[in-house]
Amino acid sequence: MESTPQTLPRDSWTFSPEINAEIRRAADTGIYDIRGGGAKRKVPHFDDLLFLGASISRYPLEGYREKCDTSVLLGTRFAKKPIKLKIPITIAGMSFGALSGPAKEALGRGATLAGTSTTTGDGGMTDEERGHSEKLVYQYLPSRYGMNPDDLRRADAIEIVVGQGAKPGGGGMLLGQKITERVANMRNLPVGIDQRSACRHPDWTGPDDLEIKILELREITNWEKPIYIKIGGARPYYDTALAVKAGADVVVLDGMQGGTAATQDVFIENVGQPTLACIRPAVKALQDLGMHRKVQLVVSGGIRGGADVAKALALGADAVAIGTAALIAIGENDPKWAAEYTKLGTTADAYDDWHEGKDPAGITTQDPELMKRLDPLEAARRLRNYLAVMTLECQTIARACGKSHVHNLEPEDLCALTIEAAAMAGVPLTGTNWIPGQNGF
Amino acid sequence: MQTVDLATTTLRDLNVALQGQSVSSNQTRWEVLNPKGAHAIAVGLDAPIEVTVKGSTGYYCAGMNKQATIHVTGSAGPGVAENMMSGTVVIEGDASQYAGATGHGGLLVVKGNASSRCGISMKGIDIVVFGNIGHMSAFMAQSGNLVVLGDAGDALGDSLYEARLFVRGSVKSLGSDCVEKEMRPEHLEILRALLERSGADADPSEFKRYGSARQLYNFHVDHAGAY
Repeated sequence: MESTPQTLPRDSWTFSPEINAEIRRAADTGIYDIRGGGAKRKVPHFDDLLFLGASISRYPLEGYREKCDTSVLLGTRFAKKPIKLKIPITIAGMSFGALSGPAKEALGRGATLAGTSTTTGDGGMTDEERGHSEKLVYQYLPSRYGMNPDDLRRADAIEIVVGQGAKPGGGGMLLGQKITERVANMRNLPVGIDQRSACRHPDWTGPDDLEIKILELREITNWEKPIYIKIGGARPYYDTALAVKAGADVVVLDGMQGGTAATQDVFIENVGQPTLACIRPAVKALQDLGMHRKVQLVVSGGIRGGADVAKALALGADAVAIGTAALIAIGENDPKWAAEYTKLGTTADAYDDWHEGKDPAGITTQDPELMKRLDPLEAARRLRNYLAVMTLECQTIARACGKSHVHNLEPEDLCALTIEAAAMAGVPLTGTNWIPGQNGF
Repeated sequence: MQTVDLATTTLRDLNVALQGQSVSSNQTRWEVLNPKGAHAIAVGLDAPIEVTVKGSTGYYCAGMNKQATIHVTGSAGPGVAENMMSGTVVIEGDASQYAGATGHGGLLVVKGNASSRCGISMKGIDIVVFGNIGHMSAFMAQSGNLVVLGDAGDALGDSLYEARLFVRGSVKSLGSDCVEKEMRPEHLEILRALLERSGADADPSEFKRYGSARQLYNFHVDHAGAY
């Protein structure tokens, strides 16, 4: 029989296989997708910026010979004991409960080896974490799980979490399957129930209250600890300004690529602004208040390598924080567990159902057998190496731009590959002197 | 008796002195004069001392208290005894919003009324209010006991976990997943002990108990309307 010419099957852009799969999943389960990690959609990012390097108009420094300082001092505004870090890269807050004990230990050990700090998360501070972290930032979260004044005093800094890049304005949900007896005890809740992390602090309702809250925390900790305020990247100019007004020593700004332990996919992908778009407004707020470099700015959300670090610093940050990248460095989503990821219906590098507690890498789980797979000493070595590589990369770029300290990087060292990135970063489109949105057009 | 006058002594010096006391201190009784609504009075204490604040306080009085007994002769501002771990805080007058918020332990007594969000996110603290409490009290309260001799406002116990709520008067409305529960003998005994400790003159049998229906403990689409 003679065949009739046929059109090729063609997937719809609007109803793509991924969209259709999600519609079917929602219809089957009756709940939105909850997952961990950060935004997966492509948004303008540091990749869209390039460094100019030095030629005649700028004078470079010799790689491997001329010193390029990477140290950073956080909390110089009010705290009696600011934190001195050897590198401008810190470990972002991730909770015990969301992460296994060995994973938290590895982060503490690795950060300490690299000369930087790590951060607690929802769920409070564990002895292991405090013991293995030379410098530990204690997150003061809306849920106040595990919150107590002894841990406040054991910390080296206090980070008041107001918002998170993955979910500005949103709370979290640690599903019951990850709530072991230890996690439940730390949070004063029964084993096995869904644990909601509140979206707002229960005992203050605005920036004026926050200022008084900070006074209380300082009074309790003898004015020693730097007070960080963490904001999600949504309205960075105003939120930074209000954080400064409230008395922050450090502002932590988390863009939409920032990760989370578990929240709604619709939130992760649709709320907040890309990290790249958030930095300049935050820096502008600090400059307008005369507080740039006096209140330090830590930027997080999708930082992956030394180039990202250098670009964030050039745009005005004092340091960056990494979360997802640190987990990958210690073994999360490692291809060596490929067969097990397949069994879970996913692949290495794409696994994000961290809330289910089945993580083959033993990192985002409380399953005792899976946890044994992570050797905290080896994982710490890997994290130290990764942090060292990022620092070396950042220094290499800074020297090429003629800088003897990574903080001397500046927007003038950058150009943008796309109009969007040029507008967001406030640097010229490459090959031009055009900064979209400035000079009237 | 150690006396600190906030008209002549700074808040910082007051808190340093109070925080400097230990279990073995012989300076067990303190009096604070002229608080004049100052914030963060007597915060972060960790010794079995008695502190009397003669007047009214601002935000966060007795915040994160451990062991100490703190008595405010006037009224207290927002967040009194927030995140208390142990000890006792007594307010002779009224308390503003968030009284006893996130408290992990100890006893908070408000002899007047408490405003909205009393006991919000409480995690083990016991709170006794002689008067009324405002709306959204005990929101997301996890554990501990809230006793109200007067009336409760709207949305009492919204999204409650395991905390027990005892109310003698009326409840304007219950929040999501909060229901009236049977008052069994063990609850009457808990209530009787709390009334006695707080010095409240009330009969436990006059109270109703409220707690979590536990319908929202694990998500199910059929309950989505309650969220």
